[in-house]
Amino acid sequence: MSEPIYRADVLVCAGTSCESSGARSVLAALTEELAKTGLDQEVRIIETGCRGFCSMGPVMIIYPEGVFYCQVKADDVPEIVEETLLKGRIVQRLVFTETESQMTVPYYEDIPFYQKQQRVTLHNCGVIDPTNIDEYIARGGYEALGKALGEMSPQQVIDEVKTSGLRGRGGAGFLTGLKWEFTAKAAGNPKYVVCNADEGDPGAFMDRSLIEGDPHTLLEGMAICGYAVGASDGYVYCRAEYPLAIKHLKIAIEQAEAYGLLGDNVFGTDFSFHVHIKEGAGAFVCGEETALLASIEGRRGEPRPRPPFPAVSGLWAKPTNLNNVKSYANVPQIILRGAEWFSKIGAERSPGTAIFALTGKVLHTGLIEVPMGITLREIIYDIGGGVEGGKKFKAVQTGGPLGGCLPEEQLDLKVDFDSLRQAGAVMGSGGMIVVDEDTCMVEFSKYFLTFATAESCGKCVPCRMGGRRMLELLTKITEGKGTLEDIDEIDSIAAGMAAGSLCSLGQLTPGPILSTLRYFRDEFVAHVTEGRCPAKQCTALVQYYVNPETCKGCGICARNCPVNVIEGGRRQIHIINQDGCIKCGTCLEVCPFDSILKVSGETVEVPTELIPIGTWAK
Amino acid sequence: MLVDQGNKVAEQELDLAPLDEMLDEFAEEHGALIPIMQRTQGIYGYLPQAALRRISERTGAPLSQLYGVATFYAQFSLKPKGRHTVDLCDGTACHVRGMPQIVTALENDLGVKAGDTTEDGRVTLQVVFCLGSCALAPVAVIDGQIVGRLSPQKAVQLVRKLD
Ligand SMILES: Cc1cc2nc3c(=O)[nH]c(=O)nc-3n(C[C@H](O)[C@H](O)[C@H](O)COP(=O)(O)O)c2cc1C
Ligand code: FES
Repeated sequence: MSEPIYRADVLVCAGTSCESSGARSVLAALTEELAKTGLDQEVRIIETGCRGFCSMGPVMIIYPEGVFYCQVKADDVPEIVEETLLKGRIVQRLVFTETESQMTVPYYEDIPFYQKQQRVTLHNCGVIDPTNIDEYIARGGYEALGKALGEMSPQQVIDEVKTSGLRGRGGAGFLTGLKWEFTAKAAGNPKYVVCNADEGDPGAFMDRSLIEGDPHTLLEGMAICGYAVGASDGYVYCRAEYPLAIKHLKIAIEQAEAYGLLGDNVFGTDFSFHVHIKEGAGAFVCGEETALLASIEGRRGEPRPRPPFPAVSGLWAKPTNLNNVKSYANVPQIILRGAEWFSKIGAERSPGTAIFALTGKVLHTGLIEVPMGITLREIIYDIGGGVEGGKKFKAVQTGGPLGGCLPEEQLDLKVDFDSLRQAGAVMGSGGMIVVDEDTCMVEFSKYFLTFATAESCGKCVPCRMGGRRMLELLTKITEGKGTLEDIDEIDSIAAGMAAGSLCSLGQLTPGPILSTLRYFRDEFVAHVTEGRCPAKQCTALVQYYVNPETCKGCGICARNCPVNVIEGGRRQIHIINQDGCIKCGTCLEVCPFDSILKVSGETVEVPTELIPIGTWAK
Repeated sequence: MLVDQGNKVAEQELDLAPLDEMLDEFAEEHGALIPIMQRTQGIYGYLPQAALRRISERTGAPLSQLYGVATFYAQFSLKPKGRHTVDLCDGTACHVRGMPQIVTALENDLGVKAGDTTEDGRVTLQVVFCLGSCALAPVAVIDGQIVGRLSPQKAVQLVRKLD
């Protein structure tokens, strides 16, 4: 039986984020509704990977018109089928509405979130069904591999990637083509191709979305690399926390092998390429290349000094080419459309696009792909819709726990490998977190430091002791016990760690704190000289009081206080016993009259004994 | 010592048959220690001492190496888990949207620190990093189910409902 000819496609995002917002139940309802109305022979449902607009999920796009619906629930499905699919009308309440102008934007191509984006690496993501190789092939999939094998020598492939100027997307921005050349020229056999899909940064999900939404692009890129460097085995090292990515990858490998596009004698040539999946077991440092290789070999993932680089001595001491997911994923298009095409996208010394997981206190969070050279302001305001809830922007953090924070003054900075590094941040592998005035920068840098030091393998002193010591000092500062000398000492330890640590983990650990000190030193100083946390976040420096002027004596705060330290009877001004208060903020959340004051560095005069409401005078 | 006394009794009756079967599959494989341990944890829910001994016998890897690997990676647990697992995401996006307060609220309510299991074996509370659902931050995974847009109160209510 041949496939029916469909008159409409309904694309439902089933990426991790939309799935956790309920995409599964939407899909089930849609399948049922189409069957019930007999439309299942006319309308096709396609489960896609991530569309990027995660905060509006689950999202749905209906083609040919390109109608875009957000936050769709199973209950909305009958109306969508009846109105849009049967009558061709738009369901206004499911359409994206711009916050400021209240304008509705019914079509995908007009949504502001996508206007400044440029989908190159993610061109299939959210467009095809990732579990169906035919859809990938229909969009030009595996043509690049065929071209490389049929028309190009390995050296020509390497030259093409080199000329494109593609730089590694794993963070450091090393030239991908050059790395391939090192591996190709290294003595030793067999050689290996390894993909770093460890993505350990807290707050990053680019690689995961790419693998979930378009696994074949990665496989094709790896196979082209295998041909170029002379390897017939590839490993994808993927976090075990990414079950959907692993599942899609497994399906993709099976399908590609069945079609002769992977496995023995690819495209009937004598080139063979087998891809294996290795699941990580949860260690951030395993993202570092030498630690990753140790982990694939079944050992503790401890980094070792380089050189020798993996290109010379990698997996089982054989020449190994190791790249990030996005680096490989760019290759098929470079081969197909040419190095020149690629080098014209983006910025001069950082060609191509950058993919970020835009999160934090920004209105529209999600996965974005932008041309290199775009400014931070365009990303945060034009794409992200600005800071959520009318709060004031404070900083944007890039590069994960080894990256850096940039302040408002740097918002017009162009995003590329070199500009970000100069400003004290790094590209990293693509997390971008926006924070507002409610985030304390001291606490924020302590958060990253805690994360990074917990991952120190302990082999070298600067990293093991330096991180720990800085953490103690930062803790002192957040507890209001720090001194100005402590701030200077952090500076000097950070410099020592950067210079003296064995591997990049230790060398880069001071990054977030150095950039924070560079741009937000006044916040550190306020903590130590005034005992004040400007963001009112450090609990030791924050107090809660019941406002004696507005308290109505309703008792809601007292009933909800988890440690029972709020006193007061009906229609009495309530009092928080400061000694027992754990500063959880529950009273502030539950008070119906906004009568809880949260302060830092100031004292509020309140009654010392219980008195009736309305009788308070200072 | 790998595990504390409390688990010893139960461990004596540990059924090693499924483990042996799984180990057969890996007989030939290069560098398979981590996948073996992942599968073992899949079978028993954690890494029982008896199982580690058997893995050591069969693969020739010394127990010390297994212990080194088990304690290096966050995924492995040498202690049995509770009936319910609550994983709280303290990735950056969740962190800036208030996860620390949720952790404190649950620690207070359950009377355990993150990383531990309640004495009655009801709940294991853990902190993890980025579940990839940052758009729904702050996020937790309760018995495999992702719940987003949490508040301290909502989290406590949800966890209290677990029997
Ligand atoms: C502590 C640490 C963690 C890292 N984590 C990752 C990661 O999660 N993903 C990644 O691709 N690269 C990571 N890297 C960078 C890798 O070591 C390596 O440079 C990169 O994978 C090379 O790929 P590329 O040339 O394609 O950029 C990390 C480096 C360090 C020091
Ligand atoms: S930071 Fe919590 S899901 Fe990403």
